[in-house]
Amino acid sequence: MIEVRDLVKRYGDHTAVDHLDFTVEDGQIYGFLGPNGAGKSTTMNIMTGYISPTSGSVLINGHDVTDEPEAAKACIGYLPEVPPLYPDMTVREYLSFAADLKRIPKASREGEVDRVIQATHIEAMENRLTANLSKGYRQRVGVAQAILGSPSIIILDEPTIGLDPTQILEMRDLIRSLAKEHTVIISSHILAEIQAVCDHVLIINRGKFVASGTLSELETQMTSASVSVTVRSADPSPVAAVLGAIPGVEGVETLPSPEGETALSLAIEKGSDIREDVFRACVEHGFPLLMLSAGETSLEQVFLELVKEADAK
Amino acid sequence: MTAIMKRDFRSYFNSMTGYIYVACIVLVTGIYFMAYNLVYGHPYFAMVVNAIPLIYSVGIPILTMKSFAEERRTKTDQMLLTYPVPVGQIVLGKFFAVMGVVLIPILISCICPLIISLCGVGHPATDYASLLAFYILCGMYVSIGLFVSSLTENQIISAVISFVALMILYLWDSLVDYIPTKPVANFVGVIIMAILITLVVYSLSKNRLLTLIVAVVLVGAAVIAYLIRPFLFFGFLQGLFGTFSCISVLTNFTTYSVFDIGGLFLFLSVTAMFLFLTCQVIQKRRWN
Repeated sequence: MIEVRDLVKRYGDHTAVDHLDFTVEDGQIYGFLGPNGAGKSTTMNIMTGYISPTSGSVLINGHDVTDEPEAAKACIGYLPEVPPLYPDMTVREYLSFAADLKRIPKASREGEVDRVIQATHIEAMENRLTANLSKGYRQRVGVAQAILGSPSIIILDEPTIGLDPTQILEMRDLIRSLAKEHTVIISSHILAEIQAVCDHVLIINRGKFVASGTLSELETQMTSASVSVTVRSADPSPVAAVLGAIPGVEGVETLPSPEGETALSLAIEKGSDIREDVFRACVEHGFPLLMLSAGETSLEQVFLELVKEADAK
Repeated sequence: MTAIMKRDFRSYFNSMTGYIYVACIVLVTGIYFMAYNLVYGHPYFAMVVNAIPLIYSVGIPILTMKSFAEERRTKTDQMLLTYPVPVGQIVLGKFFAVMGVVLIPILISCICPLIISLCGVGHPATDYASLLAFYILCGMYVSIGLFVSSLTENQIISAVISFVALMILYLWDSLVDYIPTKPVANFVGVIIMAILITLVVYSLSKNRLLTLIVAVVLVGAAVIAYLIRPFLFFGFLQGLFGTFSCISVLTNFTTYSVFDIGGLFLFLSVTAMFLFLTCQVIQKRRWN
């Protein structure tokens, strides 16, 4: 379990992390979402003990990262933004070195290296110099060193950045398979990444907490229901008047539409469905109905809205 | 610690650095050995040991320049510092890796006293004691190089600054000779040092009262001493800085065949101090 308490990191006048407070439970895949420069990497660097917070604390399985760095770090496998590879070592040499640093006993070291090589599918590259690896393989070797020794918490900073679509899918599978035994924290500025693998999302912007919750929680919490309607009518105002009068409609908005058509978005109460009423009203008043659909705000929009709101503050 | 030591040591020989370093040092040592002992017929290999600190002052910065600067540039320091390894062990691992590379040409030059003994009367005790003292001096050079390397991300800057620092150490005795001996000059020098110490105290503690107390005590003591016994200041700074002369310690071994334990203690304490400072620089960076 990771407990982040009132974390602040200042660089001179710039506040990179501003009073962050959250808890990651065991066995979760926890996503850190935020635009570029939101403080995701800084927060991860503090959680892993690479940099120290200006104030606040991070407890890793009960060990404070600042006071008991070794005990805390022993619980973490970390893939930083740039995979920390030594260019003059082969993949196997590098992983053996990492295993040695993590104090994996010599007897089980080779076996453990074999295990992570298999888990990350880099068997074909094990005798190549890390300098000669492609971005995707470098990323995988980075993940391999993080999961070496099976630490209970694995922190991956933008694990899919720079990968091609196939590699992204493979990386997601890998992350999901890791979640069976580890608590995984990943960061991304791309919502689809987080949506694809995470149970729980923390959205931050400019170092500040914006929102957190499970994906479905965020969705229900933030999405407003709406129905979009397109009818054949040159004049939007009678249509808007008729549809606006349907019980349950909270607002009517005219959307841009081709000549001779009227497109409207009806804001409705969450959870209600008025599509049948809209259909009947259109028939009754003789508006030829061209399109009718229940609109949903996607999580992408929620994310953008939240970030915009936070910026406005 | 051993993991980092092994990795770093191997990395010197994965690139050309290690080979070139060993080859150049052995070549220069060989030239001195040929000139002093074989051609000129001097029976002490210690004479050569007395001459080689110069080439080591050039060579060691080339070994230490990458130790921390390169790690920071390629962000591999992120791995070392987020693994369950104390900073002290990282620094020691790197230190002993460089010391391993430095040991190679020194071990090779251990053959030379044997060659002298084969050709006539050698002085192995003086020669090997000198080599031992010189190796310990190299430890001090390495610790200075590591410290400079931890300050920057740029290897070239690291190498140049370490080289200048080692050059100053090499020329220390001659530089100390330039310090004026007159009491007035020394008094002014002591006052300047007192001010510098005060500034350091202030920058560390940010405590005005403490700084004021330190300033008053130091300057006051200097002024009173100067008023009562100005002659105390005669050659004071020369004496003070002269105690830090490393080459003269080495000369005690090489020229006077004296096993200068005090001198070795000086080397070891300066080494320990710079290794400690290196740890502090790395720790401090995390807080910025």
